[in-house]
Amino acid sequence: MNLQFRNLVKVSMKGILKNRMRSFLTSLGIIIGVAAVIVMVGVGQGASQRIQSSIASMGTNLLIVFPGSSQAGGVNRGAGSWNRFTMDDADRIREQCRLISAVSPVVRSGDQIIGGGNNWNTSIYGVTPDYFTIRTWTCEQGELFTDRDVASSRKVAVLGKTTAETLFPGQNPVGERIRIRNTPFIVTGVLKRKGQTAMGPDQDDVVLAPATTVLYRLKGGRYVDMLNASAASMEQMAEAQEELRTVLRAAHRLRAGDDDDFTIRSQAEITEMATSTTKTMTLLLGAIAAVSLLVGGIGIMNIMLVSVTERTREIGIRMSVGARGRDVMMQFLTEAVVLSLTGGLIGILLAFLVSLVMNRFTSMQAVIRPDIVMLAFGFAGAVGIFFGLHPARKAAGLNPIEALRYE
Amino acid sequence: MKPIIETRNLEKTYIMGDVRVNALRGVDLTVQPGEMAAIIGASGSGKSTLMNLLGCLDSPTSGEYLLEGHRVSRLAADAYADIRNEKIGFVFQGFNLLARTTALENVELPLLYDRKKRIPDPLGEAEKALRRVGLGDRLDHEPNRLSGGEQQRVAIARALVNRPSLLLADEPTGNLDTRTSMEIMALFQELNDQGLTVVLVTHEPDIANCAKRIIEMRDGQVRSDRPVKDRIEAPRPSAGANRGKAGRTA
Repeated sequence: MNLQFRNLVKVSMKGILKNRMRSFLTSLGIIIGVAAVIVMVGVGQGASQRIQSSIASMGTNLLIVFPGSSQAGGVNRGAGSWNRFTMDDADRIREQCRLISAVSPVVRSGDQIIGGGNNWNTSIYGVTPDYFTIRTWTCEQGELFTDRDVASSRKVAVLGKTTAETLFPGQNPVGERIRIRNTPFIVTGVLKRKGQTAMGPDQDDVVLAPATTVLYRLKGGRYVDMLNASAASMEQMAEAQEELRTVLRAAHRLRAGDDDDFTIRSQAEITEMATSTTKTMTLLLGAIAAVSLLVGGIGIMNIMLVSVTERTREIGIRMSVGARGRDVMMQFLTEAVVLSLTGGLIGILLAFLVSLVMNRFTSMQAVIRPDIVMLAFGFAGAVGIFFGLHPARKAAGLNPIEALRYE
Repeated sequence: MKPIIETRNLEKTYIMGDVRVNALRGVDLTVQPGEMAAIIGASGSGKSTLMNLLGCLDSPTSGEYLLEGHRVSRLAADAYADIRNEKIGFVFQGFNLLARTTALENVELPLLYDRKKRIPDPLGEAEKALRRVGLGDRLDHEPNRLSGGEQQRVAIARALVNRPSLLLADEPTGNLDTRTSMEIMALFQELNDQGLTVVLVTHEPDIANCAKRIIEMRDGQVRSDRPVKDRIEAPRPSAGANRGKAGRTA
């Protein structure tokens, strides 16, 4: 480099500061672009984190077993053959799977329930006490029902917070009587609030009762709707899933080559599905914001081109006192890069400010990622070089005599 | 002693569309160190073209140009830039100062491109140059606060700051009134007395007669080259007497 770096920055800064307003407006495109990229990706990241934490609230190392094969393979099993889980399946898994720490059948039912002079339509899940462990349910008032309650199909129930508040507003429902399809149940406890799931439904709008009671006294069938299980450790989720599959296949007397008549979903898969969705969303938001950064770059090129024309005489003067073409080029290029990098820095500050306001005053959470901050800043610099190059070369190519004559 | 300027059969042809304009048609010129020469001639006589070639702002179509004995005709653009930076000081009719830039920074400008670091203290040198032209108290004035004469002094200081061996001035008094013109010419004479070689272009006889030698151009050739007999000694004001009163230009 011919022109000393210090001089280069000095000369460029003077060029920028001589036209403060215009320089600011030029940078504005970059400012907004960088801030948009950081905030948009931050919003995507915030959504993703929220979904992940709500998935984590579903339970620990959760495995969900659905009946029916996802790939029926052309074999018509006939109606009813879909619902293939029994209480025995759950017992067998509990006895035979060493990598599964807890398993509970889930019998789903839904009906109008009456209690405390009110009525409410809600989901009724028949489960075993393992379910509380798997789904990390704890009691707020009263107590959970026990294995003995399940064994003797007792008509007891615990209420989700929403259900409890709807049926017994301002009262303690423990020990009260509710009726489901004319069957009276005694409320033994109220569950601690969990909030909404990632997908929306209120997890607290629920009644949990012993699986046997719901199955035999409410629904009157043999089959349970699904199984929930907990792997003993996070690291061995895959092995646990495989073990569970082997045991279930044996229980259902499937021969080698037969398709599974059930599907196992692990929490990891669900998380993955959700995050891939939010990743796509984040990418989309980031891409849109990146476009605005690009437009900001075009703004820089526009202004620099105008600036080169406007300062033709200045370029001529500099050349007449000994500036080489390269010196002039570097001057204009440095101006463009300084403009874009300054814009980038201000943009980063703006992004922090916006996300601060957003996190405090709106329900959206923007999580600022350092890598995205660096990326946006680097991209701003690259935009400066890319769009500054053309005007800079134009300036360097001027003929000194003609440039001096320019009015 | 080696001549500062030596040209042999210098030619310059511009091609404008289909028309060839022979701006210079064989100029032989020698200028010795310490000379003060005025180039005169009607417009279109080629004096400005010659000036651009002498100032290494342009290269000749043919012919030779030796500056201090070095052949400088037909060099690369960068080499010309370096010669302008090291050996030549240029003063223009329109001053050509950078707007919104102080006198000191304007004068410092050539030293920003001083690649060989010939001058270790650019700002100090710039200040010295401004004092030399009598503007020691105008260091931080921007051009729009200076009179025409003062602006031209700043330009002269800028031309001096790189310690050139040749000072070229293209119509340096063209934008100034008579009195200010004479003040500027006094400055040129003073610099010449200190040993600096000065070549200037003018079309005013009085200005030309301030030089020691007059070269008259016509149709791209040197028509006459004669020493000045009754040289006008421009009145040299005592230092400080000429500041801030010279006529402003439009």
